[in-house]
Amino acid sequence: MTVPQDLRYSKEHEWVRIDGDTATIGITAFAQEQLGDVVFVELPEKGATVRQFSSLGVVESVKAASDIYSPISGEVVERNVKVIEKPELVNTAPYQDGWMLKVKLADKGELQKLLSPDDYRAHIGETPGGGGD
Amino acid sequence: MSTDMGLRHTPLYERHRALGAKMVPFAGWEMPIQYAGIVAEHRAVRGAAGLFDLSHMGEFFFEGSGALSALDRLVSSDIAGLEVGHARYGLLTNERGTIVDDVIVYRVAPDRLAMVVNAANIEKDAAHVRRHLPSGVRFDDLSMETALIAPQGPRAARILSRVAAMNVDDIVPFGVTTTKVAGANATVARTGYTGEDGFEVFVANADAVRVWDALLEAGKDDGVQPIGLGARDTLRLEARFSLYGNEIDETTNPIEAGLGWTCKLDKEFLGRDPIAKVKEAGPTRRIAGLVIEGGVARHGHPVTDMGVAVGIVTSGTFGPTVQKNIALAYVPAASSKVGTTLAVRIRERDVPATVVKTPFYKRSETK
Repeated sequence: MTVPQDLRYSKEHEWVRIDGDTATIGITAFAQEQLGDVVFVELPEKGATVRQFSSLGVVESVKAASDIYSPISGEVVERNVKVIEKPELVNTAPYQDGWMLKVKLADKGELQKLLSPDDYRAHIGETPGGGGD
Repeated sequence: MSTDMGLRHTPLYERHRALGAKMVPFAGWEMPIQYAGIVAEHRAVRGAAGLFDLSHMGEFFFEGSGALSALDRLVSSDIAGLEVGHARYGLLTNERGTIVDDVIVYRVAPDRLAMVVNAANIEKDAAHVRRHLPSGVRFDDLSMETALIAPQGPRAARILSRVAAMNVDDIVPFGVTTTKVAGANATVARTGYTGEDGFEVFVANADAVRVWDALLEAGKDDGVQPIGLGARDTLRLEARFSLYGNEIDETTNPIEAGLGWTCKLDKEFLGRDPIAKVKEAGPTRRIAGLVIEGGVARHGHPVTDMGVAVGIVTSGTFGPTVQKNIALAYVPAASSKVGTTLAVRIRERDVPATVVKTPFYKRSETK
């Protein structure tokens, strides 16, 4: 399972990419694999506030609905309209076009509470260092 | 029949594991919910062919000169008029006129009939049947000895013909016959639950692996894929087939469920009078097909009208072929007309829904 080296992860299988004080949020390849075909994504609008480890939205697969939990706190500066229109991007490109929100970081210290790529690999039962790209 | 943690395994259990299926508990069985993915499997059945293991389902057999008329009194549809070599969908109903199960009855010989029942209802149905069957009719529940393998889809006929001792295109829709499949004695019916052409092949447990392997091999170039319960549900919902436990159960009557067409009210059968009464008065609620804009409706979600709960979703999903969020729901009869605007309460929000004509999907008649 792909676990990119340049991201931080939550135990609930979200990833975050930091660029200055902006964080991009999505769900991991492992999460989309578990969900199966994603058919609907519900995301907060620009200006909304998300809180670390609180629900930020919902992904629906053919079978069921699952909450997405925000890996960090902050204000939504952009939501991915493409992923709302084409939910299958979550399956086909979970770390790229399948991203969900861009958030203005409220507290960089929160990043300490997230998992490193190796820790996340261990969390999903993979050998640290294996499977990344 | 092997069991593990109380869950039964079909004879194809090891095959499912080897094919990489995700296994889930279903009606007391450990069954494949998906292999490649629900959407890919759904599309394989609509566009080419899929192979289902339905060995968890129940198979009852009835024998004797009184078998035909006895079943005619237990099942809502016209069983007395069923010719040898034909099958018919119908309902097992009770004295109250509600639904014990939905079944297919097959007249395999003049005095021998088979009935396929839902896996979750095998014991209940067997008890129900025993309670009402006259003593002259022999009843055998062969559910645990019988495997059921279903090739479904536009290419199912050609694939099955390659391994059967006959051209299965000679079987008419809802026809049934006995033949050999991959060398095994088989009962083959042209029936299914997908909205596509297709077949259901009944064999002894010991022959299941051989028949399964032969069909997957024979259909390789035609794109046959193993199909799990996930796609079985999306396929049947697009085709608007009822699922026992969702649209129908012992609290629902056939008229409100939209299954009045299965009730031959000019014959005597268990529950006929209360069903006729509902038909005459008109049901207070009806199953309606909904298309939901902006969310996926699920079993149990409330249906609302101007913010007031008026009904309940019985089944809902994204329909991979129709490319819409579709649902079946009980709504007040007055709100069941095509074009009516309602809503489904999804996560505390009322999402607009429109009553549409069903089935959501109907295959074109040309092959």
